[in-house]
Amino acid sequence: MLVRKLKELIIEKIIFLCGVLSIIFVGLIFLFLLKEGLALFKFISPGGFLFGKSWYPISEPAQLGVLPLILGSLIVTLGAAVISIPIGVGCAVYIAEVAPAKTKEVLKTGIELLAAIPSVVLGFIGMVTLVPWVKNIFHLPTGLTALSGSIMLAFMAMPTIVSIAEDALYSVPKSYKEGALALGATRWQSIYRVMLPAASSGILAAVMLGLGRVIGETMAVMMITGNAAVIPQSILVPVRTLTATIAAEMGEAVVGSEHYFALFAVGIVLFVISFAINVTADLFLHKKR
Amino acid sequence: MHNSQRTQKIAFLFLFLATLLIVVPVGLIVVIIIQKGLPAINWQFLTDIPRQGMRAGGIFPAIVGTMYLVAGAIVFALPIGLLAAIYLSEYSKDNFLNRLIKLAIVNLAGVPSVVYGLFGLALFVIFLKFGASILSGSLTLGIMILPIIITASREALESVPDSFREVSLSLGASKWQTIRHIVLPNAVPGILTGTILGLGRAAGETAPILFTVAAFYLPRLPHSIFDQAMALPYHLYVISTQVPNVDEKIRYGTALVLLVLVLFMNLVAIIIRYKFRKKKKW
Amino acid sequence: MVTKFDIENLNIWFKEVRALKDVSLKIQANEILSVIGPSNSGKTTFIRMLNRMNELQYNFRMNGKVELDGFDVRKIDLEPLRKRVGMVFALPLPLPLSIFDNVVYGARMHGINNKNKLKEIVERSLKQAYIWDEVKDRLGVSAYKLSGGQQQRLCIARTLAVGPEVILYDEPCSGLDPISTAKVEETMLKLKEKYTIVLVTNNVKQAARVGDRTAFFLNGELVELDKTDQIFTAPRDKRTDGYIRGKFG
Repeated sequence: MLVRKLKELIIEKIIFLCGVLSIIFVGLIFLFLLKEGLALFKFISPGGFLFGKSWYPISEPAQLGVLPLILGSLIVTLGAAVISIPIGVGCAVYIAEVAPAKTKEVLKTGIELLAAIPSVVLGFIGMVTLVPWVKNIFHLPTGLTALSGSIMLAFMAMPTIVSIAEDALYSVPKSYKEGALALGATRWQSIYRVMLPAASSGILAAVMLGLGRVIGETMAVMMITGNAAVIPQSILVPVRTLTATIAAEMGEAVVGSEHYFALFAVGIVLFVISFAINVTADLFLHKKR
Repeated sequence: MHNSQRTQKIAFLFLFLATLLIVVPVGLIVVIIIQKGLPAINWQFLTDIPRQGMRAGGIFPAIVGTMYLVAGAIVFALPIGLLAAIYLSEYSKDNFLNRLIKLAIVNLAGVPSVVYGLFGLALFVIFLKFGASILSGSLTLGIMILPIIITASREALESVPDSFREVSLSLGASKWQTIRHIVLPNAVPGILTGTILGLGRAAGETAPILFTVAAFYLPRLPHSIFDQAMALPYHLYVISTQVPNVDEKIRYGTALVLLVLVLFMNLVAIIIRYKFRKKKKW
Repeated sequence: MVTKFDIENLNIWFKEVRALKDVSLKIQANEILSVIGPSNSGKTTFIRMLNRMNELQYNFRMNGKVELDGFDVRKIDLEPLRKRVGMVFALPLPLPLSIFDNVVYGARMHGINNKNKLKEIVERSLKQAYIWDEVKDRLGVSAYKLSGGQQQRLCIARTLAVGPEVILYDEPCSGLDPISTAKVEETMLKLKEKYTIVLVTNNVKQAARVGDRTAFFLNGELVELDKTDQIFTAPRDKRTDGYIRGKFG
């Protein structure tokens, strides 16, 4: 009896420890990014880093301005948003409100499988199919452009958008819709005037999380956006994103060098962006309850 | 009325088109990879080491490397994730700490994969001196899939009716006995689903292993968990972008193997979930 | 007469809502005490105090005295307390296990693993709950295969298998048909020779049929407690009279 009690006490302590481990991990991630990244500011001011217009990490002296990378991420993300939001939300509405029950299950499974396709596979497919198309359609010297990245990334954002928006629509009380239908509205009117507004905060959260995935996406974007670290003038030129920069250059950066610190500083920027997006989206998701 | 019916028709048509715009490309992607990758698949491709600078031979070390990484990640993440889920579902109260934990999980799920790579590099490879190794890579992937396992397990635990817990407690079972004998057995399918989804995710990710374990070209099997290893997703990246003149067949073949591996795990998870839903007794 | 439970000035709150107000009463050994009252009268809160199930709600707060055989229940460890004070719930709640495993669940948790011993417990408990003949040939099948009335008697057997001294029935027949109800009541009358029984019920007639004494709760207060005959023929409080005659609740 006493032995069992002691055993259970220990088990419960371990359970508690594992419970708070998530907090510890988030803290550790941030701590280690800071530890390695803040060292950069011995060499360069935070303003010079964030707003510097040139990223030439291996020139002498190194120029470590991330503005081109931030703009690269931004343009790719905006492009992906324009494509994925209407399609994603439309598909969510179709699945939640229009599709017959069996089709619904099949579609949901399909969307789940899309979410599961590794980004490196999507990047590879984008390279061999999408990139030549973009090149030919727009008569460009190269198809490795922000646009290609946007299209491919839209596919990575859509599963997130669809599934969370579909959840949001699903959790609108049935009585809302029935009320509208009882008043003589068509199904579309009840969707458009009642369901969508009622689910709006959840849909907003869906969009934010989808775009969060786009900003953080690495491999596909690195393989198909051309990786030119210059401030983009249009969506049809090669760009380099924050994530791709880390992935492409960390292998060559010497541990403890300015370049190494700078890549961690880029990591801090990414971490802060994703943190902000996730916290806000979480607020929206819980607002509806 | 006639007019609004027509508006509805048009609107539904657009919604359907939006759905097609997702489904058709996905189908095409899978079909293209299967069609072009299948000819590359043979026994030798799956069991041989890469030869001639990865332009010939097989992908065996990459498959094995990915298996090691996935196994390592799950050995680390499953116990922690499951216990964390038990804490959230069975022990925690609706207080500040609980909210903080949930927020932390949401953020862990949202941290970009390449940032996990940086973290793994800084903590495991450099600070803890594990070097670029299977150990470092597994731990990094393990932390990355933790939120998937926690979320799925927690949902599974919470779906066990409270009345079961009350009955067990009323018979004089302790809280832990109740969890161990009543709650956990009834949550197994959900936990399994989450675990397999986590496995699939770990198998497919590239960015977290870039600087923590992945070897560019290592035509042998790893000797220990402190050894570097090749991995399927990184190998696909390498032969697609870093090595010129690789036969397209090999690239598609590698993509196919990776895709099948990941989709297979997801399908298994989906099937388990579906069967369980049908069988549910309460 | 031996006092089993001694309750004095018991107050219970959930959050800020007061569920019980200054309740004092004694429960005698080997009696059936019926507890009646409209919903939200505090009667379920009252019996869930006796095996401390209220503490599962974390807004729960209490003061006053609740003693089992002269010991403060809050000083008895939960597991031994609940082993001594068993509970049968409103709905039949079999665990998703076989009939056999349902019955021996509690015994196993208390460390009994000997196969013969377990078999013995199963047979004795199922017989005590008058369901042995109906299930003895299919102890291995899922408890969900039984009818609602059988399930509830299985739950009674499961409670008996732990070897309690007191059995709390929380509206045990609310989901059952009249025949099953009669069978459950029959078991109760037999069981009181060995056990002390507290029966919470919405069914006034049931209280009259099986209770030795009856307590009437209203808005968290104990309005009246007396011999069942007395309560049903000449209640002292007119609220009791009103409830029994069906004026409210």
